[in-house]
Amino acid sequence: MTPEGNGKPNTNAVEVRGLKRSFGRQVVLNGVDLEVPAGKIVTIVGPSGCGKTVLLKHLNLLLRPDAGSIIIDGIDVTRMRSAALNSVREKFGMLFQAGALFDSMTVFENVAFPLVEKTSLSREQIRARVLETLTAVGLQGMDAKYPSEMSGGMQKRAALARALVHRPKILMLDEPTTGLDPSRTGAIHDLIRQTQRNFGLSAVMVSHDVPAVFRISDRVAFMHRGRMQLTGTVEEVMASNDDEFKRFLAGRASGDDLENNQVSS
Amino acid sequence: MIERLGASILDGIVALGNFVLFLFNSIAFALIPPYKPRLAVRQIRIIGADSLFLIVLIGAFTGMVLGLQGFTTLRRFGSEGALGTVVALVIVRELGPVLAALMIAARAGSAMAAELGAMQSTEQVDALTVMAINPVQYLVSPRMVAGIISFPLLTTIFDVIGIWGGWVVGCGLMGAPSGDYFNGIAAQLESHDIAIGLYKALCFGVIVMWVSCYKGYHAQRMATGVSRATTEAVVLSSVLILMADYIVGALLL
Repeated sequence: MTPEGNGKPNTNAVEVRGLKRSFGRQVVLNGVDLEVPAGKIVTIVGPSGCGKTVLLKHLNLLLRPDAGSIIIDGIDVTRMRSAALNSVREKFGMLFQAGALFDSMTVFENVAFPLVEKTSLSREQIRARVLETLTAVGLQGMDAKYPSEMSGGMQKRAALARALVHRPKILMLDEPTTGLDPSRTGAIHDLIRQTQRNFGLSAVMVSHDVPAVFRISDRVAFMHRGRMQLTGTVEEVMASNDDEFKRFLAGRASGDDLENNQVSS
Repeated sequence: MIERLGASILDGIVALGNFVLFLFNSIAFALIPPYKPRLAVRQIRIIGADSLFLIVLIGAFTGMVLGLQGFTTLRRFGSEGALGTVVALVIVRELGPVLAALMIAARAGSAMAAELGAMQSTEQVDALTVMAINPVQYLVSPRMVAGIISFPLLTTIFDVIGIWGGWVVGCGLMGAPSGDYFNGIAAQLESHDIAIGLYKALCFGVIVMWVSCYKGYHAQRMATGVSRATTEAVVLSSVLILMADYIVGALLL
């Protein structure tokens, strides 16, 4: 622990400075700065191909940056060796776009998986924790089902339970409502807000659901062409006069954007 | 022009390096804790036990064909008595390991490449990494262990069934002397021959698991990527099996 990170409640859960990453000749992240204050939900929005998902893959340490720094819970992970990263990984839970549940396992086994693999809890303790977490996401009684037997919304809930079961400090969500209808989207948004409050989490979320997602966000970061074009509280961002952001909100991409549609991932 | 040539050669070398490193990692992670015996047993069931019927079927027919063709050929020289020796040597040294490996590559290798490819495209592999679990250790190493254990066993079963298949057709249907069939095997089939067959099976096991897992693990994240990985896994496995067959055969003679 760094001295600054010690005991201060208002430090940042995640801090990104000047992050750069290219794939071949394609510059995807071109100096990204981002702060996720502890206990807040920060939502990253932006047109497809702006680099949101690539940024998230740097935050959850799946990709390593070319330049810049990433500080997670006071620990600079930028130049950490891969083996040491695992202790940092245990601090966060990740909800993948398609859920990424293991389809060879039941919901119970999926949610129990991080505990079985990474902790020394007893069977009973694991069982109690898993059922408690499933109840928290509204999936009581569904533990024996396989992911393929459940609807998209239920899979998202199960995946959220798996992300929460080891009691992380930081939650990362990659488009948690993709593929859901508007009413389910609202329900998942409510669930995210509620679990974030109940578990006292900091959360960073990538989402397409503008403006619906602003309802549960504390701060918004608008990403455009590999940088943060605009950041602030929801009110600040909504009140801004930024042309790109207005165009994005109105659902009109500039022709320029469509031509330069950079990254598919 | 030269720049592009150089770049493509470099890409090729990097890809080959990754390919070899993947083999090294999958074996190294099988040797260091945390061990995953239950996952390995499950893979032995999928690769080994579930392939048993196929191996018995192919083994029986291979032996039967050898019994038929071997008998008609040997009869021209009046040496039907050597049928057992011919069938046993051909199966134990060559056809047993090669055909068993090709069949398992087609059956289990393709399924493995498709499964890992689908896991990659639905971010299940990323999910393992994010949960601080090494995906190679969790997904690939147990399969490698299972291949190393299953291939020699399946090959041995193939050999035994094949030799009996040759006996059924050669002696039972065509009338070769049954006593000479087994005496010939006992006199001519040496432990060295059996060892060569098992070494080959071991090599083929590593090759099939290595290629199938590598192709699946590095499949492009889309449906065509998975189908391509599956095809490439079977084709490359088969080619490498036949190449390794020659190399191991020539080295051990």
